[in-house]
Amino acid sequence: MYVAVKGGEKAIENAHSWLAEERRGSTDVAELSIAQIREQLSLAVNRVMAEGSLFDPDLAALAIKQARGDLIEAIFLIRAYRTTLPRFGCSNPVATAEMACDRRISATFKDAPGGQVLGPTFDYTHRLLDFKLAAEGEVPDAPKGAPRDEPTPHITEFLQGEGIIQDEPEGDETPDDLTRQPMEFPSKRPLRLQSLTRGDEGFVLGMAYSTQRGYARNHAFVGELRIGKVAVEMDIPELDFAIDIGEVELTECETVNQFKGSKTEPPQFTRGYGLVFGQSERKSIAMALVDRALRWKELGEDNLGAPAQDEEFVLSHADNIQATGFLEHIKLPHYVDFQSELELVRKLRREAEERITPKEAAE
Amino acid sequence: MSEYNFAYLDEQTKRMIRRAILKGLAVPGYQVPFASREMPMPYGWGTGGVQVSAATLTPDDTFKVIDQGADDTTNAVSIRKFFENTAGVETTEETEKASLIQTRHRIPEAKLREDQIIVYQVPIPEPLRFLEPRETETRKMHSLEEYGLMHVKLYEDISQHGAISTSYAYPVKVSGRYVMDPSPIPKFDNPKLEMDAIQLFGAGREQRIYAVPPHTKVVSLDFEDYPFEATKADHPCDLCGAEDSYLDEVITDDAGSRMFVCSDTDYCRCRREAGHTGRMTKDVAA
Repeated sequence: MYVAVKGGEKAIENAHSWLAEERRGSTDVAELSIAQIREQLSLAVNRVMAEGSLFDPDLAALAIKQARGDLIEAIFLIRAYRTTLPRFGCSNPVATAEMACDRRISATFKDAPGGQVLGPTFDYTHRLLDFKLAAEGEVPDAPKGAPRDEPTPHITEFLQGEGIIQDEPEGDETPDDLTRQPMEFPSKRPLRLQSLTRGDEGFVLGMAYSTQRGYARNHAFVGELRIGKVAVEMDIPELDFAIDIGEVELTECETVNQFKGSKTEPPQFTRGYGLVFGQSERKSIAMALVDRALRWKELGEDNLGAPAQDEEFVLSHADNIQATGFLEHIKLPHYVDFQSELELVRKLRREAEERITPKEAAE
Repeated sequence: MSEYNFAYLDEQTKRMIRRAILKGLAVPGYQVPFASREMPMPYGWGTGGVQVSAATLTPDDTFKVIDQGADDTTNAVSIRKFFENTAGVETTEETEKASLIQTRHRIPEAKLREDQIIVYQVPIPEPLRFLEPRETETRKMHSLEEYGLMHVKLYEDISQHGAISTSYAYPVKVSGRYVMDPSPIPKFDNPKLEMDAIQLFGAGREQRIYAVPPHTKVVSLDFEDYPFEATKADHPCDLCGAEDSYLDEVITDDAGSRMFVCSDTDYCRCRREAGHTGRMTKDVAA
């Protein structure tokens, strides 16, 4: 007997209740607090802030809790919340040269003013499971040093002084805003960088990796990688000067790339740039490599047909919220279209059989 | 949900979307880029349609949402609920009573009127996309009215399969100018695209809005010797006996028995209430 499918609403409600229960897990185990997530899963929080395009560690931690640790789902929650926020204006460009660095390394010089500062990095840890953590042991205090008072200069400044690296002139043009204007191609570099910094870490990483393996290789040195806090300043019209409205943690990567010169540019080093919210080292290096690969046209390089050189390909597919939504929508009902395909395939098969059968009879 | 504006979107955003809608109506079938917002539902699940509906709804509207022709499919339920919560508008399942209808994959069977608006959810707005993946190229093709590629595709279908093997999202030419994707409606619905109501198409992820004004000429692409044919399952509805409605094929037992029922649930209900019956009317639990 056919029973008309009804009650979608009830089913949805029940699914949501079950989901809430699953999210909580066993009530024999203490509930996670937002502060615990913010403090102890801070790299997850950073990724959600970076790809959610909203710097707010507490909200990101809440999103991670609500999403049961599914970071793309958490990013989605942040994005959807972000669009509802009023826009008061925009800050002045942050001065990363003034950054209070927790970490600052250069692969291109053995030492440089400001020094090599490893900071809290996984580099050089041996990836051995630490079973002591399972026992919830307290960690001993890390040794402390005196903070550097003066700003740490950018490594590329030294190369620029020598005129051996491509100049990056400062402009005062207000860049377009990816969240307020539809992406159009060919795109401008500010929009590309906005798209990459909120792009999916895995996708940007894969694209960057492909350039290292020879798909539009542009051998990159990490000129500098720095992580730390910078002040955010905003001009207040009534005050006539900029005031500090807070600080954000950023990871900045500048790559120095080999370049033999082209028809339009002399031999020199070129740059790729990555800037990401929070401590997001892998992402910022990957972003810098992809940025550099996408700059082939402006530097007069050849288009090698590599995926990472193709801005329409890279930028149209970097956003994991767009990608996951479209990917997952195929689980929605499609039975109307499937029905029309069913009828078409049946018709084509019928006609094909009719064409074949008389021939066989004749043979 | 009083912390959000009427119909969720802020008024500035609605204004931006309305401008895109007006431009779309002024240039029928042309895809207008718009700064699509992130909605609290996933891309690909009707965010374009939802934004167009949000920008179009007024407090006096009566809203209907269908997916696959049915009001009670989960995503239709979810979108209807969203606007009940954020706009507090009246909702209905009756096509007749709705002033705004948001749809996915179907056009209602009942003829729509001049005072109604239908909003389509569009996954891929570009009819040429699967022939040419680059937006930079397809926009050029539209501006030059260069649609040869599409005709070649249809021709190759015929030469290989003996028929045009597109059964849904069947391309149309609007007002003699733009080739347009009517969204993934079955080609059975294509003739209805010439209608009295305003038709708006929203593609959120792809950031495009387009429109067909009332009484606009909409022609399904075809050849003189292979004319367009609107097809459906060759059965009447097993519940209401309708022979003119698009049918869903439902598997009813382990032996693979089938029944055919109207995909437009409201159309079927109206007919049954008017006393029409089908082959299996007696066997059905309401």
